[in-house]
Parts: sequence; structure tokens; C-alpha cells
Amino acid sequence: MTLTDLYQILPLAVLAAGAIAGMLGIAARRSHIGTFVLTLCTLVLALIALRIPWRAGDEYVTTLIRFDGYAIFFMGLLFAAAIAVTVMAYGYMRGRDTVREEFYVLILTAMLGCAVLVSSTHFISFFVGLELLTVSLYVLIAYNRSRQTDVEAGIKYFIPAATSSAFLLFGMALVYAQTGTMALSDLAGLVAARWQQGSLVAFIGLGMILVGIGFKLALIPFHFWAADVYEGAPAPVTALIATASKGAIFALLLRYFGALRVEMANPFFSVFTVVAVATMLVGNLLALLQADVKRLLAYSSIAHMGYLLVAFLAGGRLAVTAVAFYLLAYFITTLGAFGVIAALSGKERDFSGIQDYRGLVLQHPVLATMFAATLFSLAGIPLTAGFLGKFYALLAGVRSSLWLLVFVLVASSVIGLFYYLRVIIALYQPVSSAAEESGAVRPLALVPSGSLIGGIVLAVLLLALIWVGVYPGPVIHFIEYTVAR
Amino acid sequence: MILLWLLIVTVAGAIAVWVLGWWSTTASRWATLVTLLADCVLLLALWAPQWTAQQPPPGGQWIAEFDWPWIGPLGVRFHLAADGLSLLLLALTVFLGIAAVSASWTEIQARVGAFHLCLLLTLAGIMGVFTALDLFLFYFFWELMLVPMYFLIAVWGHENRVRAAIKFFLFTQGGSLLMFVAILALYFVHGRNTGVYSFDYRQWVQAEPAGTIGWWLMLGFFVSFAVKLPVVGLHTWLPDAHTEAPTGGSVVLAGLLLKTGAYGLLRFALPLFPAASAEIAWPAMILGVTGILYGAFLAFAQPDAKRLVAYTSVSHLGFVLLGIYAGTNLALQGAIVILLAHGLSTGGLFIVVGALQERLHTRQLDELGGLWSSMPRMGGVALFLALASLGLPGLANFVGEFLVLTGTFAVSPALAAIGAVGFVLSSVYSLWLVYRVFQGPQRQGVAALDLGAREMVVFSLIIAAILWLGVYPQPVLNTARPLVESLVDSAARAEGEPSAQSQTVSFKAPAAADRLAQSDL
Repeated sequence: MTLTDLYQILPLAVLAAGAIAGMLGIAARRSHIGTFVLTLCTLVLALIALRIPWRAGDEYVTTLIRFDGYAIFFMGLLFAAAIAVTVMAYGYMRGRDTVREEFYVLILTAMLGCAVLVSSTHFISFFVGLELLTVSLYVLIAYNRSRQTDVEAGIKYFIPAATSSAFLLFGMALVYAQTGTMALSDLAGLVAARWQQGSLVAFIGLGMILVGIGFKLALIPFHFWAADVYEGAPAPVTALIATASKGAIFALLLRYFGALRVEMANPFFSVFTVVAVATMLVGNLLALLQADVKRLLAYSSIAHMGYLLVAFLAGGRLAVTAVAFYLLAYFITTLGAFGVIAALSGKERDFSGIQDYRGLVLQHPVLATMFAATLFSLAGIPLTAGFLGKFYALLAGVRSSLWLLVFVLVASSVIGLFYYLRVIIALYQPVSSAAEESGAVRPLALVPSGSLIGGIVLAVLLLALIWVGVYPGPVIHFIEYTVAR
Repeated sequence: MILLWLLIVTVAGAIAVWVLGWWSTTASRWATLVTLLADCVLLLALWAPQWTAQQPPPGGQWIAEFDWPWIGPLGVRFHLAADGLSLLLLALTVFLGIAAVSASWTEIQARVGAFHLCLLLTLAGIMGVFTALDLFLFYFFWELMLVPMYFLIAVWGHENRVRAAIKFFLFTQGGSLLMFVAILALYFVHGRNTGVYSFDYRQWVQAEPAGTIGWWLMLGFFVSFAVKLPVVGLHTWLPDAHTEAPTGGSVVLAGLLLKTGAYGLLRFALPLFPAASAEIAWPAMILGVTGILYGAFLAFAQPDAKRLVAYTSVSHLGFVLLGIYAGTNLALQGAIVILLAHGLSTGGLFIVVGALQERLHTRQLDELGGLWSSMPRMGGVALFLALASLGLPGLANFVGEFLVLTGTFAVSPALAAIGAVGFVLSSVYSLWLVYRVFQGPQRQGVAALDLGAREMVVFSLIIAAILWLGVYPQPVLNTARPLVESLVDSAARAEGEPSAQSQTVSFKAPAAADRLAQSDL
């Protein structure tokens, strides 16, 4: 490792330094706003520091990490998402009497893990990044120790995540045993060649790695943890799991399996197809049954991972563009939705029962409109980013003639529309007269966990949601230029 | 450029109306009217040169156009263009928009600004559908008009509004996603053939994808439009949505939204897939005739006046489907006339039923009766609209339905004969409606208010338009002629191309079907 290498990984170094500085700061003196500002500055600096590897062009930093356009695009996306989550968390944590400062440090370490994941080209960095992310999430999910649901959610995340890590490690070991290397550049070709020659061990190794990834993405049938964790975790953490964690792992999946080119060959292609179909259908069908918005969004995000798999399976350059665009749209939308939930959440519990949302438009017209816009985007209705995301997924699927997947996507998004519309209409329904009389409904009530900066971030997200949905040309150009160059 | 202004004015007006609504509901209503009148002026500016011009416009059938690159990397363009059919339907849109505002003048009292926002946005989406010439843009508008319509039903509708609104959205969305897949597939088919990846209508019209793929893609389009039209079997969303929507919403739904389905068939399904469309002409015509009879039977059986009117739409649009797939010059012209006539007469009937409900708080036929004595003006208007709806000669619907049947007769006398039974059935349900509501013993204790000046103005306009279309439809026929001729041409070319073999088939098919139908009779 040379000095230039150190200079290259400045974005990662900034994140690590920020996390350490945060911890030291807490040891010296606790200050909520201080830690918040430090975190925000760290993330912004890391975002700016991405210019360095960007200028240098496609570059390996040791064999572990590769800073190509692909990694830089996703890092930028993840850091921006983390900024939104941090701001969300500020309003959310302000009114709480637990210790609040470590929350931000954990966001930074989780982001460090994500950044390593999207730039990883080696099993070691893959695993280290994943564990950094997962361990941070263990703590973040159970952060409100006083609430029982949070601790329960923490454990429900911990057990599957630890199991999946074991699967992953074992899979890596098997692949290593067969090929003698863990670097992606060497693996490409070797693995495929191995299992096509009939090596059962390599096949099982790859399969186990897939199981590990499937757990993290909550693909069917590895989805059990998702709803409980989404429901129990604090809203900003749920946003982090739904966006950064899933996004980073999907980016990694695309890079690894894109390089290994195994997803195109049977039996992996068939397995992926079955998983994608099941994920789309089961995710949407289970979402129909939910009475809690956070649980509903959990199943909705499972279904969205299924849509992403369609784009992923299409293969080629279009698939990479489609996945990147879809993730961008999905990030904007999901952050917007959880931003509204976080802002409306009170001290005792998160604002997530569907009945809470009844008549929201009368109390918080702007937030209700924002929430409706994000739901329309999740449903893929025009004028929103989600529409173009779905368009891209379908485009990729149609180009590669994946008719089964395309039709399941169509059918399941009609099912999905049903539950999105159910929530949307709740927003605009008049509140029951009993609640009105008892004074529970105050027009234009205060936002419980709102903050000025949180409002700004929500406004930016809404603008981005519409801008990407209406005039996506520049964004597509940018993605084609960075990700697929 | 005028087409773009039409959209801008409507959308900007929608936002202005919404903001005004916070301040004064009356201002919001008037601003909506002003917006629609401004649209009217724009349309006149577009149309007026056509009246004086002796020759057809230099650009072929297209009268106005606007083209701007929108999403460069994908070859999507913001391409609007209007021909005669678009113009006629745009005029209908603005006209019924005004009628809808007037019908909601006293009915809508809650969140007035938001109501008119949704109304104008729906109209803007519909205008976009009627003018888009880029398939991506078309789909964009096609989806977009659903969202405000959904809110119109779900927020301001009657008792079962949420269920009806969701059903409406799911049905149409399901159909349109299939069309979306077909559009994307077509994008690649044409892209691979020509090397130019775009969603441009004109390029796609030139070459029909051959073989089964063309057939499947056509089916994607057909299903989407069939849900909207609606074709029997895919129509179950319609009675619910029409019944539960507020009056203004029902007017827009029946008068305009259904027309987008017919427009889609005329503009896209037939020209893009002439050969494949010819293959399904028979099933489609049979579905059309089934719709005529089925809709009429069900309309007669409804105890709810609004539901009755809703089912008549299924019947009337059966004629449209029959006319479109009969494919002869007369039948196509007839179908286009029905589009306008049905918008006027059914829209008018919905306003009558809405006015009744506003005054008497019921739509049930067995709770109504003998209202003529207390509301002679409304009775007269209703009778006129019912007569128009049953196809009385001299009124608009007659012209359209007569042309369709005449045109169909050339293709299949049997189907034309069965379709003609629809005339009898429509007399039954139309007169039944008038009889139950306005004649017979008086069931309502209260003396209800007759139509006021505002309502009379709107009804006189509707009646005048129906009379004009019924007595002197020539200008409308002239305006639609270029499109009709190009459709007939392309169908003939599609028939001619696969050599004499397919011609003999297509000659045999009607004869065989005739014999079948005769043996049934």
C-alpha cells in the first residue's frame, strides 16, 4: 500500500476518522447537536472526497478495493442517503431521553461498511464491509432499549444476520478451496469453469454465498425477519436498512455475479428466476394483509427487490443502468416515506398504524401530500421517480425477452397498487367524528419529531422525486457515464 | 405550439384554482370556468383555419404539432400532434369540462379548490392522451389521468366510493401495464429493425411487426383499450365507478375517459397493427354486438338511476367497437360520431340524475316518480336526452348508430341485424327511466326545485349540440375524414400484402359467419 493508495481511499478514511472523532468527542463531553454536526460534516466531506478517486479514474487500491465509476456512483448515492437519514434521526432523537450521540457514530460505521461493500473486489473486503454494516445495524435497531419491540427487533435481526454470515463465510471457503483465490478478478472465469466442469463444491459454495446475500436483501424465502425488524426499529434506522443496507448489497451482488457471469447460466438462472417471481408475488401479497405502515413498507421493499432482480437478470449494460437508476429512484422514494414517518413519530411509539394516517391531510397537509407522492412513486405512477424505475426494470426485462418475469412484475405491481391506494385514501379520508369531537384532531398540529433541517431535506427529496420522474435525461446520462463506463 | 399551450393553460389553471380555493370557493369555480374558456379559445384558434381552408392541410392529416426532445438517452420525445379526430375529442373535452364544473357548482361543498384541481388535471391528462404522438408520452398521460380521477371518485364520491375508486384504478392499471409491456417490446422490435431507438408513432406506423409477435403486441394494446372502452367482460369496474363518482366525475368518466379507449383503438391499435387487427376483427365485432345487447339488458334491470345510465354506456360503446372493427368508411365515421353523441347525451343524463340526487337525496327508481308536475323543465330535458340516447332520428346518436350499422351491413348483415335490436332495447330502458322518474304516481312528498338558470344554460348547450350533430353532422364527418380514409387504406394494404390467399380467407370468413348466424336465427 502506497501513499497514493492512502490518498485514493480518502472517502473511506474520512468516514473512519469521523467515527473515531465522534467516539472521542462523546468520551470528553456529550452533546447531541455537536455529534450531529460532526456526522453531517463527515458525510459531506466524504461525498466531496469522492472527487479524488473520480479524477484518478478506474483504479484498484490493493486487490481488496476498486474505485471505478460504479463504486463511486453507489458511494455517492449511499452517502447522500446517509445524510438524509442523519437529518431524519436528528429530529427523531431530539425528543428522546436515551443517550443519543452513539446513534450517529453507528451511522458512520454502517456507512463505512456500505462504502467498502460497493467497492469490494475481494472476499475479504466483502466480508469485512458486510460485518461492519451488520454489527452497526444490530445496535441501531435495538437502540431504544426501553421499548420492548426494539429489543425484539434487534434479536430478530441478529439471529438471521449471524446465520447468513456463517453461510457466506462457508461459501467463500468452499469457493476458495476450489479456486485458490479470493480476488474477484481472478475468480471471474475460474469459478464458472469449475462448476461447469461439474465441481459440486464450487456450486455449493456459490449457492451458499447467494443464500447469505438473499438473507440480507430479504428475498423470499429468506424474508422472515424483515417485517418485524422494520416495525420495531426506530424509523430512521428502518430507512437505513431499506436503502443503504439493501442498496449496497445489491450493488455488490451485481458486481460479483456480473463478473462471474453465473447468473446467466443454469441452474443459477432458474434459481434466480424462481426467487424473483416468489419475491415479487409473495412480497406484494403479504403486504396486502398488513395494518401497520412500516410492516407494509417492509413487504413492499421485499417486492421492490424482486423488481430489481428482473433488471439484474436481464444482463448486460442495460441491466447495470437499470439497476442503478432503479436504486436511485427507490432511495429517493423510500427515504421520503420514512422521513415522513420519522417526523410524525411521537416519543412512545412510531407513527405507523394505518388508522394513524386517517385524515392526515387535515392535520399535516404538506406531509400528507409528500407521503402520498412517495406511495405513488412506490406504485410506479408517472410524474414520480418510481415510474421511471419501473420503466427501466421492464425495459431491461423486455429487451432480454424475460417474459415470465415481466408478466409477474406487471401482475404483482397491480396487486401492489391495491395496498398503496389503501394507505393513500386513508390520508384523504375524513377522520371519524368521535375523534373530532374529543379534540384529538387539531388542524395544522405541530410535527412531533420535526426539525427545520429535516423539513429542508424532505423538500429536497420531494423535488428530486418529481425531477427524476419528469426530466430524467441528465440523470440517465450521468448513470451511463459513471456506472457503465 | 398551441397544443402545448392547451396543456400549460389547463395545468396552470388547475394550480391557480387550487390556491384560490383556500380563499374563496366561488372564485375557485369561476377560475375553473375561465381556464376552460381559455382552452376553448385556443381550440378555436386551432380549428378556425380549417373551416376557411379549401384544401386539406399541407402536413397531411396533422393540423398542429409540437415536438421537443424529452429523455434523450431513450429516444423519448415530447411530441404532440392533433388531427381531425383529436380536435373533435379535444372540443368534447373542453365542452364536457364546462358541463362538469356547472354540475358540481352546488353539489361539491367540501374542499372545493382541491376538487377543481383534480378535475382540471384529469382534463389535462385526457387532452394529453388525445394529442400525444410519442408512445412513451402517450402512456405517461394515459396513467396520469387516472390519478386525479381516482381522487375525484374516492374523496368526493358517494357511499361506496373507496371500493369503486380502487376497483377502477386496478382494472385500468392492469390493462395499461400490459400495453406498456407491448410498447416496450415494440420499441425493441423497431429499434432492431431500423437501428433507431425511439417511441415515435410515425416510424412505428410504417412497419408492422410480422408474425405472431405482432399479434401478441396488438393484443397488449387491445386489452388496455378494451378495459377503458369498456368491452363486455372487462367492464365490471364501470358501473361501480360511474355510480359512486360525483356528478362532475361521472360526466368526465362517461363522456371522456371511455373515449380514450376508442381513441386508442383508432389512433394506435388499428394503424400500428393493421394485419393483426384484421385477424381479431370478427371476435371484436361479436364482442361489440354482445356489449350492445348485454349493456341494454342490464341497464333495464337496474334499480338505481345512475347505474342504469352507467350501463347504457356499455351498450353505446358496443356500437363504437362494432364500427371500429367493421372497418368500412361509413362504420368508422359512425363510430366517431357516436363518441361525440354519447359524450353529450350520457353526460347530460348523468347531470340530470346528479341534479335529482342533490334535490331528493335518492337515486332509487322505486323512490322516485311523478316528478314532471313539480319539475317540468327537468322532465323535458330528461325526455330529450333519453330520446337522443335511444337513437331518435334527427338527434346525434341516431346518425352515429345508423352509420355504424350501415357500414357493418356491408361486412356482415347478420351482425348489423343483431346490433339493430339494440335500438329497440335502448328505447325500452330510456323510456323506462323517464317513465319511472317523471311520470306515474308521485312518490316524493317534497316539492323539489326545478332546474335553475345555470343548469338550463348548460342543458341548452348540450341540446343544441345534439341537435346540430343530428341534423347537420357533415362538418364533423369532414373533420374526421382524413383519419378514416387513412385507416381504410392501411387496412386494405394489410389485406392486399399477403397476396390473394388471405383475401380469399377474408371473403370466406364473413360468408361462413353469415351462414352460422342465419342457422342460429
